[in-house]
Amino acid sequence: MPNIEPVVLFFLLGAFAGFIRSDLRIPGVLYESLSIFLLLAIGLKGGVELARYPLLGVALPAAVVVLVSLLIPLLAYPVLRSIGKLSAADSGSIAAHYGSVSVVTFSVAVTYLARIGQATEGYLTVFLVLLEFPALVIGVLLARSGDRNAPWGRVLHEVFAGKSIVLLVGGLAIGWIAGPAGIAPLDLVFFDLFKGLLALFLLEMGLVASSRFADLRRAGAFLAGFAIIVPLLAASLGLVTGLWLGLSVGGTTLLATLYASASYIAAPAAMRIALPSANPALSIGAALGITFPFNLIVGIPLYFHAAQYLHPGKG
Amino acid sequence: MDLTARKLLTIVTEAALEDMLVRDIEALGARGYTITDARGKGGQGKRDATWAPHANIRVEVICDADTSLAICTALRDRYSDDFSMVMHIGDVDVLRPQKF
Repeated sequence: MPNIEPVVLFFLLGAFAGFIRSDLRIPGVLYESLSIFLLLAIGLKGGVELARYPLLGVALPAAVVVLVSLLIPLLAYPVLRSIGKLSAADSGSIAAHYGSVSVVTFSVAVTYLARIGQATEGYLTVFLVLLEFPALVIGVLLARSGDRNAPWGRVLHEVFAGKSIVLLVGGLAIGWIAGPAGIAPLDLVFFDLFKGLLALFLLEMGLVASSRFADLRRAGAFLAGFAIIVPLLAASLGLVTGLWLGLSVGGTTLLATLYASASYIAAPAAMRIALPSANPALSIGAALGITFPFNLIVGIPLYFHAAQYLHPGKG
Repeated sequence: MDLTARKLLTIVTEAALEDMLVRDIEALGARGYTITDARGKGGQGKRDATWAPHANIRVEVICDADTSLAICTALRDRYSDDFSMVMHIGDVDVLRPQKF
Protein backbone atom coordinates (compact mmCIF):
# COMPACT_ATOMS: atom_id res chain seq x y z
CA MET A 1 0.00 0.00 0.00
CA PRO A 2 2.36 2.72 -1.13
CA ASN A 3 -0.30 5.41 -1.23
CA ILE A 4 -1.61 5.15 2.31
CA GLU A 5 -0.61 7.95 4.60
CA PRO A 6 1.55 6.47 7.42
CA VAL A 7 -0.27 8.33 10.23
CA VAL A 8 -3.49 6.59 9.14
CA LEU A 9 -1.83 3.27 10.03
CA PHE A 10 -1.73 4.44 13.66
CA PHE A 11 -5.48 4.93 13.52
CA LEU A 12 -5.88 1.39 12.19
CA LEU A 13 -3.62 0.08 14.97
CA GLY A 14 -5.79 1.83 17.57
CA ALA A 15 -8.97 0.41 16.02
CA PHE A 16 -7.41 -3.07 15.89
CA ALA A 17 -6.37 -2.82 19.56
CA GLY A 18 -9.95 -1.87 20.40
CA PHE A 19 -11.40 -4.80 18.47
CA ILE A 20 -9.20 -7.40 20.14
CA ARG A 21 -10.00 -5.78 23.53
CA SER A 22 -6.38 -4.97 24.21
CA ASP A 23 -5.65 -3.31 27.56
CA LEU A 24 -4.12 -0.39 25.64
CA ARG A 25 -5.56 2.85 26.96
CA ILE A 26 -4.47 6.39 26.22
CA PRO A 27 -5.04 8.34 29.45
CA GLY A 28 -7.66 11.08 29.17
CA VAL A 29 -5.03 13.63 30.23
CA LEU A 30 -2.81 12.72 27.27
CA TYR A 31 -5.78 12.96 24.90
CA GLU A 32 -6.52 16.45 26.24
CA SER A 33 -2.86 17.48 25.95
CA LEU A 34 -2.55 16.16 22.41
CA SER A 35 -5.71 17.91 21.26
CA ILE A 36 -4.49 21.21 22.77
CA PHE A 37 -1.17 20.77 20.96
CA LEU A 38 -2.78 19.92 17.61
CA LEU A 39 -5.26 22.80 17.73
CA LEU A 40 -2.57 25.30 18.69
CA ALA A 41 -0.07 24.00 16.12
CA ILE A 42 -2.63 24.16 13.29
CA GLY A 43 -3.63 27.68 14.33
CA LEU A 44 0.02 28.78 14.41
CA LYS A 45 0.77 27.23 11.03
CA GLY A 46 -2.21 29.02 9.52
CA GLY A 47 -1.27 32.32 11.14
CA VAL A 48 2.29 32.17 9.80
CA GLU A 49 0.94 31.46 6.31
CA LEU A 50 -1.72 34.12 6.60
CA ALA A 51 0.99 36.71 7.25
CA ARG A 52 2.19 36.12 3.69
CA TYR A 53 -1.14 37.07 2.09
CA PRO A 54 -3.07 40.35 1.99
CA LEU A 55 -5.96 39.96 4.45
CA LEU A 56 -8.53 41.36 2.03
CA GLY A 57 -7.57 38.81 -0.61
CA VAL A 58 -8.46 36.02 1.85
CA ALA A 59 -11.64 37.63 3.18
CA LEU A 60 -13.70 37.28 -0.02
CA PRO A 61 -13.03 33.58 -0.70
CA ALA A 62 -13.51 32.93 3.03
CA ALA A 63 -16.98 34.48 2.88
CA VAL A 64 -17.86 32.32 -0.15
CA VAL A 65 -16.53 29.18 1.56
CA VAL A 66 -18.57 29.83 4.72
CA LEU A 67 -21.78 30.65 2.80
CA VAL A 68 -21.55 27.52 0.65
CA SER A 69 -20.82 25.38 3.74
CA LEU A 70 -24.17 26.37 5.25
CA LEU A 71 -25.83 24.25 2.57
CA ILE A 72 -24.54 21.09 4.28
CA PRO A 73 -26.53 21.31 7.55
CA LEU A 74 -29.49 22.96 5.79
CA LEU A 75 -29.77 20.05 3.34
CA ALA A 76 -28.81 17.32 5.81
CA TYR A 77 -31.47 18.30 8.35
CA PRO A 78 -34.60 17.62 6.21
CA VAL A 79 -33.06 14.33 5.02
CA LEU A 80 -32.46 13.21 8.62
CA ARG A 81 -35.99 14.27 9.59
CA SER A 82 -37.95 12.81 6.68
CA ILE A 83 -35.95 9.81 5.45
CA GLY A 84 -34.13 8.99 8.68
CA LYS A 85 -37.27 9.62 10.79
CA LEU A 86 -35.06 11.06 13.51
CA SER A 87 -36.24 13.54 16.15
CA ALA A 88 -35.68 17.27 15.67
CA ALA A 89 -32.93 17.28 18.31
CA ASP A 90 -31.09 14.30 16.82
CA SER A 91 -31.40 15.71 13.29
CA GLY A 92 -30.17 19.13 14.38
CA SER A 93 -27.26 17.64 16.28
CA ILE A 94 -26.17 15.34 13.43
CA ALA A 95 -26.58 18.18 10.88
CA ALA A 96 -24.36 20.35 13.10
CA HIS A 97 -21.68 17.64 13.39
CA TYR A 98 -21.57 17.23 9.59
CA GLY A 99 -21.73 20.94 8.83
CA SER A 100 -18.82 21.63 11.18
CA VAL A 101 -15.31 20.36 10.42
CA SER A 102 -12.78 17.91 11.81
CA VAL A 103 -9.41 19.40 12.66
CA VAL A 104 -7.73 16.01 12.66
CA THR A 105 -9.10 14.98 9.26
CA PHE A 106 -7.80 18.32 7.94
CA SER A 107 -4.39 17.65 9.53
CA VAL A 108 -4.17 14.22 7.94
CA ALA A 109 -5.03 15.75 4.54
CA VAL A 110 -2.28 18.36 5.06
CA THR A 111 0.32 15.67 5.86
CA TYR A 112 -0.93 13.55 2.93
CA LEU A 113 -0.48 16.46 0.50
CA ALA A 114 2.90 17.39 2.00
CA ARG A 115 4.14 13.82 1.60
CA ILE A 116 3.29 13.73 -2.11
CA GLY A 117 4.79 17.21 -2.58
CA GLN A 118 1.55 19.00 -3.37
CA ALA A 119 1.57 22.74 -2.55
CA THR A 120 -1.46 24.27 -0.82
CA GLU A 121 -2.60 27.76 0.03
CA GLY A 122 -1.59 28.14 3.67
CA TYR A 123 -4.62 30.28 4.45
CA LEU A 124 -6.90 27.22 4.18
CA THR A 125 -6.47 27.04 7.97
CA VAL A 126 -8.47 30.26 8.18
CA PHE A 127 -11.31 28.44 6.42
CA LEU A 128 -10.96 25.62 8.95
CA VAL A 129 -11.45 28.07 11.82
CA LEU A 130 -14.36 29.83 10.12
CA LEU A 131 -16.11 26.56 9.28
CA GLU A 132 -16.04 25.27 12.88
CA PHE A 133 -18.96 27.18 14.31
CA PRO A 134 -21.64 28.41 11.82
CA ALA A 135 -23.05 24.88 11.39
CA LEU A 136 -23.28 24.41 15.16
CA VAL A 137 -25.51 27.47 15.41
CA ILE A 138 -27.56 26.40 12.36
CA GLY A 139 -28.07 22.90 13.80
CA VAL A 140 -29.42 24.33 17.05
CA LEU A 141 -31.61 26.84 15.18
CA LEU A 142 -33.11 24.07 13.04
CA ALA A 143 -33.80 21.77 15.98
CA ARG A 144 -35.16 24.48 18.23
CA SER A 145 -37.19 26.47 15.69
CA GLY A 146 -39.99 28.22 17.56
CA ASP A 147 -38.49 27.40 20.95
CA ARG A 148 -38.08 30.67 22.82
CA ASN A 149 -36.52 29.00 25.83
CA ALA A 150 -33.38 27.81 24.04
CA PRO A 151 -30.39 28.55 26.29
CA TRP A 152 -28.70 30.74 23.67
CA GLY A 153 -26.30 32.41 26.07
CA ARG A 154 -24.92 29.06 27.18
CA VAL A 155 -24.90 27.65 23.65
CA LEU A 156 -22.97 30.58 22.20
CA HIS A 157 -20.58 30.51 25.14
CA GLU A 158 -19.99 26.79 24.59
CA VAL A 159 -19.31 27.37 20.87
CA PHE A 160 -17.13 30.47 21.03
CA ALA A 161 -15.39 29.90 24.36
CA GLY A 162 -14.86 26.19 23.58
CA LYS A 163 -11.20 25.18 23.48
CA SER A 164 -11.25 24.49 19.72
CA ILE A 165 -12.10 28.04 18.79
CA VAL A 166 -9.96 29.63 21.52
CA LEU A 167 -6.85 27.64 20.55
CA LEU A 168 -7.33 27.80 16.76
CA VAL A 169 -8.08 31.53 16.71
CA GLY A 170 -5.43 32.18 19.37
CA GLY A 171 -2.80 30.22 17.43
CA LEU A 172 -3.79 31.96 14.22
CA ALA A 173 -3.42 35.38 15.88
CA ILE A 174 -0.05 34.51 17.47
CA GLY A 175 1.27 33.13 14.17
CA TRP A 176 0.04 36.14 12.25
CA ILE A 177 1.43 38.69 14.72
CA ALA A 178 4.79 36.95 15.15
CA GLY A 179 5.23 36.03 11.47
CA PRO A 180 7.48 33.25 10.15
CA ALA A 181 10.66 34.68 11.68
CA GLY A 182 9.08 35.17 15.08
CA ILE A 183 7.72 31.63 15.20
CA ALA A 184 10.96 30.05 13.93
CA PRO A 185 12.32 29.34 17.46
CA LEU A 186 9.10 27.39 18.18
CA ASP A 187 9.27 25.34 14.98
CA LEU A 188 10.87 22.37 16.74
CA VAL A 189 7.92 21.91 19.09
CA PHE A 190 4.97 22.96 16.98
CA PHE A 191 5.93 21.94 13.46
CA ASP A 192 8.66 19.26 13.61
CA LEU A 193 6.87 17.23 16.29
CA PHE A 194 3.48 17.68 14.65
CA LYS A 195 3.32 14.50 12.65
CA GLY A 196 4.49 12.26 15.49
CA LEU A 197 1.98 13.67 17.93
CA LEU A 198 -0.76 13.49 15.29
CA ALA A 199 0.09 9.78 14.98
CA LEU A 200 -0.35 9.31 18.75
CA PHE A 201 -3.64 11.19 18.64
CA LEU A 202 -4.85 8.97 15.81
CA LEU A 203 -3.94 5.88 17.83
CA GLU A 204 -6.32 7.14 20.51
CA MET A 205 -9.01 8.01 17.94
CA GLY A 206 -8.77 4.47 16.58
CA LEU A 207 -9.42 3.11 20.07
CA VAL A 208 -12.38 5.44 20.58
CA ALA A 209 -13.81 4.80 17.09
CA SER A 210 -13.71 1.03 17.59
CA SER A 211 -15.74 1.44 20.79
CA ARG A 212 -18.39 3.37 18.82
CA PHE A 213 -19.33 0.56 16.47
CA ALA A 214 -21.80 -0.87 18.97
CA ASP A 215 -23.69 2.44 18.91
CA LEU A 216 -23.87 2.27 15.15
CA ARG A 217 -25.58 -1.07 15.18
CA ARG A 218 -28.34 0.64 17.12
CA ALA A 219 -28.42 3.57 14.68
CA GLY A 220 -29.10 1.31 11.73
CA ALA A 221 -28.53 1.28 8.01
CA PHE A 222 -29.85 4.76 7.31
CA LEU A 223 -27.24 6.51 9.44
CA ALA A 224 -24.45 4.27 8.13
CA GLY A 225 -25.37 5.25 4.56
CA PHE A 226 -25.74 8.88 5.57
CA ALA A 227 -22.23 8.86 7.08
CA ILE A 228 -20.71 7.88 3.72
CA ILE A 229 -22.98 9.60 1.18
CA VAL A 230 -23.04 13.01 2.88
CA PRO A 231 -19.22 13.33 2.96
CA LEU A 232 -19.07 12.43 -0.74
CA LEU A 233 -21.71 15.01 -1.68
CA ALA A 234 -20.14 17.63 0.60
CA ALA A 235 -16.71 16.92 -0.90
CA SER A 236 -18.16 17.45 -4.39
CA LEU A 237 -19.47 20.81 -3.20
CA GLY A 238 -15.96 21.57 -1.92
CA LEU A 239 -14.35 20.57 -5.21
CA VAL A 240 -16.70 22.82 -7.22
CA THR A 241 -16.24 25.74 -4.80
CA GLY A 242 -12.45 25.30 -4.74
CA LEU A 243 -12.20 25.26 -8.52
CA TRP A 244 -14.54 28.24 -8.83
CA LEU A 245 -12.39 30.20 -6.37
CA GLY A 246 -9.29 29.29 -8.37
CA LEU A 247 -7.59 27.31 -5.59
CA SER A 248 -4.68 25.00 -6.44
CA VAL A 249 -5.14 21.21 -6.62
CA GLY A 250 -3.90 20.95 -3.02
CA GLY A 251 -6.15 23.77 -1.83
CA THR A 252 -9.17 22.27 -3.58
CA THR A 253 -8.42 18.88 -1.97
CA LEU A 254 -8.26 20.51 1.47
CA LEU A 255 -11.52 22.38 0.94
CA ALA A 256 -13.24 19.17 -0.21
CA THR A 257 -11.85 17.42 2.89
CA LEU A 258 -13.11 20.22 5.15
CA TYR A 259 -16.63 20.04 3.71
CA ALA A 260 -16.60 16.23 3.85
CA SER A 261 -15.39 16.01 7.44
CA ALA A 262 -17.61 15.90 10.51
CA SER A 263 -16.64 17.51 13.80
CA TYR A 264 -16.06 15.40 16.88
CA ILE A 265 -14.21 17.75 19.22
CA ALA A 266 -16.21 21.00 19.14
CA ALA A 267 -19.60 19.66 18.07
CA PRO A 268 -20.20 16.93 20.69
CA ALA A 269 -19.44 19.32 23.56
CA ALA A 270 -21.60 22.11 22.14
CA MET A 271 -24.51 19.84 21.18
CA ARG A 272 -24.61 18.13 24.58
CA ILE A 273 -25.40 21.51 26.11
CA ALA A 274 -27.44 23.01 23.27
CA LEU A 275 -29.60 19.97 22.41
CA PRO A 276 -29.49 17.78 25.53
CA SER A 277 -32.27 15.48 24.32
CA ALA A 278 -30.24 14.49 21.23
CA ASN A 279 -28.62 11.09 21.62
CA PRO A 280 -24.84 11.64 21.39
CA ALA A 281 -24.31 7.98 20.47
CA LEU A 282 -25.95 8.60 17.06
CA SER A 283 -24.00 11.70 16.04
CA ILE A 284 -20.65 10.60 17.47
CA GLY A 285 -21.14 7.04 16.21
CA ALA A 286 -21.71 8.27 12.65
CA ALA A 287 -19.10 11.05 12.67
CA LEU A 288 -16.37 9.11 14.42
CA GLY A 289 -17.32 5.50 13.73
CA ILE A 290 -17.82 5.83 9.97
CA THR A 291 -17.16 9.25 8.45
CA PHE A 292 -13.79 9.83 10.10
CA PRO A 293 -12.22 6.48 9.06
CA PHE A 294 -13.87 6.74 5.64
CA ASN A 295 -12.32 10.16 5.01
CA LEU A 296 -8.93 9.04 6.33
CA ILE A 297 -8.65 5.88 4.28
CA VAL A 298 -10.76 6.47 1.15
CA GLY A 299 -11.88 10.11 1.13
CA ILE A 300 -8.67 12.13 1.17
CA PRO A 301 -6.92 10.24 -1.69
CA LEU A 302 -10.21 10.25 -3.62
CA TYR A 303 -10.72 14.01 -3.20
CA PHE A 304 -7.12 14.60 -4.26
CA HIS A 305 -7.48 12.54 -7.44
CA ALA A 306 -10.80 14.23 -8.23
CA ALA A 307 -9.25 17.67 -7.71
CA GLN A 308 -6.32 16.71 -9.90
CA TYR A 309 -8.64 15.42 -12.62
CA LEU A 310 -10.94 18.44 -12.57
CA HIS A 311 -8.31 21.12 -12.20
CA PRO A 312 -7.82 23.16 -15.37
CA GLY A 313 -4.05 23.31 -14.85
CA LYS A 314 -3.97 19.55 -14.03
CA GLY A 315 -1.25 20.67 -11.58
CA MET B 1 -15.39 15.80 70.29
CA ASP B 2 -18.50 17.69 69.15
CA LEU B 3 -19.97 16.24 65.99
CA THR B 4 -22.95 17.67 64.13
CA ALA B 5 -25.17 15.76 61.72
CA ARG B 6 -25.24 16.90 58.09
CA LYS B 7 -26.14 15.32 54.75
CA LEU B 8 -23.66 14.22 52.11
CA LEU B 9 -25.19 14.56 48.66
CA THR B 10 -23.29 12.71 45.92
CA ILE B 11 -24.01 13.26 42.24
CA VAL B 12 -22.37 11.13 39.54
CA THR B 13 -22.99 12.60 36.10
CA GLU B 14 -21.50 13.63 32.75
CA ALA B 15 -18.47 15.92 32.84
CA ALA B 16 -20.17 18.14 30.23
CA LEU B 17 -22.60 19.29 32.93
CA GLU B 18 -19.97 20.53 35.38
CA ASP B 19 -20.29 24.27 34.85
CA MET B 20 -24.08 24.28 34.91
CA LEU B 21 -24.24 21.95 37.89
CA VAL B 22 -21.88 24.04 39.98
CA ARG B 23 -23.92 27.16 39.24
CA ASP B 24 -27.15 25.40 40.24
CA ILE B 25 -25.69 23.92 43.42
CA GLU B 26 -24.38 27.27 44.62
CA ALA B 27 -27.60 29.05 43.70
CA LEU B 28 -29.56 26.52 45.78
CA GLY B 29 -27.61 27.29 48.92
CA ALA B 30 -24.62 24.93 49.06
CA ARG B 31 -21.55 26.57 50.60
CA GLY B 32 -19.06 24.39 48.77
CA TYR B 33 -18.51 21.18 46.84
CA THR B 34 -15.83 18.67 45.83
CA ILE B 35 -15.52 17.36 42.29
CA THR B 36 -13.53 14.30 41.23
CA ASP B 37 -13.17 12.61 37.85
CA ALA B 38 -15.04 9.36 37.67
CA ARG B 39 -15.70 6.48 35.33
CA GLY B 40 -18.00 3.50 35.45
CA LYS B 41 -21.01 1.82 33.96
CA GLY B 42 -24.73 2.39 34.34
CA GLY B 43 -27.99 2.75 32.49
CA GLN B 44 -26.30 4.76 29.71
CA GLY B 45 -23.62 2.13 29.14
CA LYS B 46 -19.93 2.24 29.95
CA ARG B 47 -18.49 5.70 30.49
CA ASP B 48 -14.77 5.05 30.50
CA ALA B 49 -13.41 8.63 30.45
CA THR B 50 -11.02 7.86 27.60
CA TRP B 51 -12.11 11.05 25.89
CA ALA B 52 -14.13 14.10 26.84
CA PRO B 53 -17.66 13.06 25.78
CA HIS B 54 -17.28 9.81 27.76
CA ALA B 55 -16.03 11.39 30.98
CA ASN B 56 -17.97 11.44 34.24
CA ILE B 57 -17.60 13.51 37.39
CA ARG B 58 -18.58 12.86 40.98
CA VAL B 59 -19.77 15.95 42.82
CA GLU B 60 -19.99 15.80 46.61
CA VAL B 61 -21.85 18.42 48.61
CA ILE B 62 -22.13 18.53 52.41
CA CYS B 63 -25.13 20.58 53.50
CA ASP B 64 -28.24 20.50 55.69
CA ALA B 65 -31.12 18.17 54.89
CA ASP B 66 -33.36 20.82 53.30
CA THR B 67 -30.65 22.05 50.95
CA SER B 68 -29.72 18.53 49.90
CA LEU B 69 -33.34 17.77 49.02
CA ALA B 70 -33.75 21.08 47.18
CA ILE B 71 -30.64 20.39 45.09
CA CYS B 72 -31.72 16.81 44.37
CA THR B 73 -35.18 17.86 43.23
CA ALA B 74 -33.90 20.70 41.04
CA LEU B 75 -31.20 18.61 39.34
CA ARG B 76 -33.61 15.73 38.76
CA ASP B 77 -36.12 18.06 37.08
CA ARG B 78 -33.53 19.85 34.96
CA TYR B 79 -31.17 17.12 33.83
CA SER B 80 -32.08 13.53 34.61
CA ASP B 81 -34.22 13.06 31.46
CA ASP B 82 -31.35 13.84 29.10
CA PHE B 83 -28.14 13.13 31.00
CA SER B 84 -26.82 10.12 32.81
CA MET B 85 -27.11 11.05 36.46
CA VAL B 86 -27.10 9.19 39.77
CA MET B 87 -27.77 10.98 43.05
CA HIS B 88 -27.76 9.71 46.59
CA ILE B 89 -27.88 11.26 50.03
CA GLY B 90 -26.19 9.88 53.11
CA ASP B 91 -25.74 10.90 56.72
CA VAL B 92 -22.39 12.28 57.83
CA ASP B 93 -21.07 13.84 61.02
CA VAL B 94 -18.94 16.93 60.63
CA LEU B 95 -16.55 18.71 62.95
CA ARG B 96 -17.16 22.32 62.01
CA PRO B 97 -20.87 22.69 61.14
CA GLN B 98 -20.63 26.41 60.42
CA LYS B 99 -18.77 25.53 57.18
CA PHE B 100 -21.75 23.65 55.77
